[in-house]
Amino acid sequence: MNSFISYLASGISLGGIYALIALGYTMVYGIAKMLNFAHGDVIMVGGYTIFLAITSLSCPIWLSLLIGVLVCTALGVTIERIAYKPLRGASSISVLITAIGVSYLLQNLALNILGSDAKTFKSVVTLKPIVINEGLKISGETVVTIIVTVVIMIALTLFINKTKMGRAMQAVSEDKGAAQLMGINVNFTISMVFAIGSALAAVAGALLCSTYPQISPYTGSMPGIKAFIAAVFGGIGSIPGAMLGGLLLGVIENLSKAYISSQLSDAIVFAVLIVVLIVKPTGLLGKKINEKV
Amino acid sequence: MAMLEVKDLHVSYGMIQAIKGVSFEVNEGEVITLIGANGAGKTTILHTVTGLLKPKSGSILFEGKELSTTAPHKIVKYGMAHVPEGRRVFAGLTVYENLIMGAYTRNDKNEIEESLNMIYKRFPRLEERKKQLAGTLSGGEQQMLAMGRALMSKPKIILMDEPSMGLSPLFVTEVFDIIKQISASGTTVLLVEQNAKKALSIADRAYVLETGKIALTGNAKDLINDDKIKKAYLGE
Ligand SMILES: Nc1ncnc2c1ncn2[C@@H]1O[C@H](COP(=O)(O)OP(=O)(O)OP(=O)(O)O)[C@@H](O)[C@H]1O
Ligand SMILES: [Mg+2]
Repeated sequence: MNSFISYLASGISLGGIYALIALGYTMVYGIAKMLNFAHGDVIMVGGYTIFLAITSLSCPIWLSLLIGVLVCTALGVTIERIAYKPLRGASSISVLITAIGVSYLLQNLALNILGSDAKTFKSVVTLKPIVINEGLKISGETVVTIIVTVVIMIALTLFINKTKMGRAMQAVSEDKGAAQLMGINVNFTISMVFAIGSALAAVAGALLCSTYPQISPYTGSMPGIKAFIAAVFGGIGSIPGAMLGGLLLGVIENLSKAYISSQLSDAIVFAVLIVVLIVKPTGLLGKKINEKV
Repeated sequence: MAMLEVKDLHVSYGMIQAIKGVSFEVNEGEVITLIGANGAGKTTILHTVTGLLKPKSGSILFEGKELSTTAPHKIVKYGMAHVPEGRRVFAGLTVYENLIMGAYTRNDKNEIEESLNMIYKRFPRLEERKKQLAGTLSGGEQQMLAMGRALMSKPKIILMDEPSMGLSPLFVTEVFDIIKQISASGTTVLLVEQNAKKALSIADRAYVLETGKIALTGNAKDLINDDKIKKAYLGE
């Protein structure tokens, strides 16, 4: 029982990280109708920024985190402006290829500047492990990740549904032309979505690198792909879907690692995704997409 | 000077020339209707006026300001609202949220609340359904919502693209009554319609569009009795 609770807790925590990343995928998909495959690498940039701020600049942790978030936000907005905005209205395959190109660009820049070897990342979490009973101890990283994820999810849900900017994002996602007729600046709104998604990626990067205390140019790849799967799993374009998809994915992955096979855990995750998509092609909470011509 | 003055407008979709030198003007307080067959270019003109399309050449002056080079989201602020063809309400937002989106460029909470109450008075159906998702409204209700949403910006001029399209006769009458009320309350109206008879019956002046060009213009009263118009557009 103790070990089950512990696996479940770390599964929820991993799932929370996937969810934070998946939110970026799903919000960008919702508003810009594109898959931003460079999103995973933004996590890596966030991780490195925080790592360098702590080690090279000896910044305090809070400041390093802030720098990480700001750098990723700026990076996300810049990528959109330079690489994706000129392609608005272009075929989705061109946009997809561009996104993959940006992903490789970021990875290779990191390889060139920082080298390919993985560095030890000193956890940004200072909370001591929580001892529940003799056999059950939950790490500070797990606890903090779960709390941070829950707070962000609540804040984001309120932001999207209750604020003017959040509603504008929904309006632009639905119909850019009609949104413009309301006086909404579509370009600015899209930039804001990239900013939020990238800021969340930085937070995810900090939590990820603290939980698995390493950083390399490839740190963002696998979690990025998993989070993309989580977004599809939950219904791409749906914010609650990304949250649910991420959490489920993390829990399924961790429990299958613990009880079935650590080598097969990824295969199990993919199998679950395939089954879900066969039963419900739009994902768990996805809406039917009305393609507008 | 006219409130809205469109001069020698040319608009193309790639190689296809949709609008080939259209000029018209709308004076303050008027109801102007633009009629024409399917594909004549009515929607294209309205989209160009509110900035969703950029013209190849020509000018669009609204109270002396050039709109053809203005970003579309800034045009609402000048006092121009557009009820687009097919309503285009935000299906995933509630009726209330759609109306609030209409007031996006306004900031005074009390004044927005006041406008909201006025809209609810004009469209009681919307108030009854304010918490309902717009996508679940009937076609007629969506049209009311699209008009209410446009009015929430407190426009000086409202552009309407076939507001009676696809509605039952009862709703059509209601829509035209509302347009009359909007005009009576001091808002200038530019109305695009296929229902030429109804449109001419409430308009001051009309322009007849044929394949991207103005074929005829005049007082609505005269055009409604014009033989050519009767034959081509009124089915008589
Ligand atoms: N996106 C587009 N791409 C290419 N051609 C277009 C596009 N939109 C409209 N057209 C063409 O431009 C011309 C004018 O179209 P428009 O929609 O303005 O007509 P309309 O008068 O509004 O017609 P309706 O009464 O059917 O709404 C048509 O020939 C149409 O085929
Ligand atoms: Mg039309």
